[in-house]
Amino acid sequence: MPFLREFGHYLPSRVVTSEEAGSWVGATAEWVMNVSGIRERRFAAEDETVADLAAKAGRDCLDKAGYDANRLGLIVVASGSPERQAPGPASVTALKLGAAGVPAIDLPLASAGSLFGLALAARLAPSMGHILVIGAEKMSRLVAREPRERGVAVLFGDGAGACLVSPSGGKAEVVDVELGSDGTWADDLCLEQNAPIKMNGRTVILQASRKIPGAIRSVLDRAGVAAASISAFLLHQANQNLLDKVAAALGVESGRFFSNIARYGNTSSASLLIAASEWSQEHGFAPGAHAVFAAFGAGFHWGALLARGCPAK
Amino acid sequence: MDRRSKLIEILQKVTKKPVAPAAEESLFDSGLLDSFALPDLVSALEQEFGISIPDADLNPRKFDSLARIEEYLDARS
Repeated sequence: MPFLREFGHYLPSRVVTSEEAGSWVGATAEWVMNVSGIRERRFAAEDETVADLAAKAGRDCLDKAGYDANRLGLIVVASGSPERQAPGPASVTALKLGAAGVPAIDLPLASAGSLFGLALAARLAPSMGHILVIGAEKMSRLVAREPRERGVAVLFGDGAGACLVSPSGGKAEVVDVELGSDGTWADDLCLEQNAPIKMNGRTVILQASRKIPGAIRSVLDRAGVAAASISAFLLHQANQNLLDKVAAALGVESGRFFSNIARYGNTSSASLLIAASEWSQEHGFAPGAHAVFAAFGAGFHWGALLARGCPAK
Repeated sequence: MDRRSKLIEILQKVTKKPVAPAAEESLFDSGLLDSFALPDLVSALEQEFGISIPDADLNPRKFDSLARIEEYLDARS
């Protein structure tokens, strides 16, 4: 299987505290913290687009990897918050990266988009070469839509994360992937045209608390790897309470689940790769050590990816 | 212990509160159960009644009151 060669991310500079976000819906910062674990989030500037965020994260990733954007075989951009229905942000992202001409596709999957992008890239890299996977979201545009709902508007933030998937070496090798989709619940978490985000939190949490551990167990069982031996769990940062619940379901201490949700909120498809990028910078893949990526989101779409650290060069 | 008493005991354990709702009372609307306690309730039901609740049945409405939970358990038996 291919390799995760490098990660990158970009976060806008404007910090929006939970005190400010709570004031939109008559909630206190303490309430926001209790229901989500979110202390603050970042909001992009008014004139910043999803493609701008995506290109900045992609540039960070490519610069760290020392890889020229023109040599990419494919660019994949996951986003549930693009400014227009079509075209999505992928082609403009490629242009901003200086990679006009490189094929670029959109994955409008929202929260599970980056994971599906990584899975797709892992399959395609042997034939297409290096693939840049980006998750980018400008959720601030969506949470501003009225009526703002108390349990939704305070959760989201803006940002972008990226991963360079390589057919020939990197920080970690992709061992296995498990993906699933079920349209039964499509109306329970969705974004209609010009409407606010609609979320039935009970259904989302109930399904996510089963499907995320289930997908993780699938890849671990197939690889014969115990959850207790995983060095890091890198998950879509939906809600701290959900991360804790998944950890408990797997019998793993919460501390093994990397979390930055207190600082950035839920950045939908971007969150998985922002988390992976930060974790990679702070800790990194030890040779032979396993890490799990997992996500769940609107659709519902969900899945897990198992990666193993490559020997140091 | 009859099934209703067992359900109340499970609910008290999950919510960590000495609750005893009426059969038809909504556990969500009354604030007894929140989104994050619901998965724990489902897991406890599986454990206590020796059943496996498939993902397709994980609809919050099925677990919104003691009566609905009993209805679901009846359908499963």
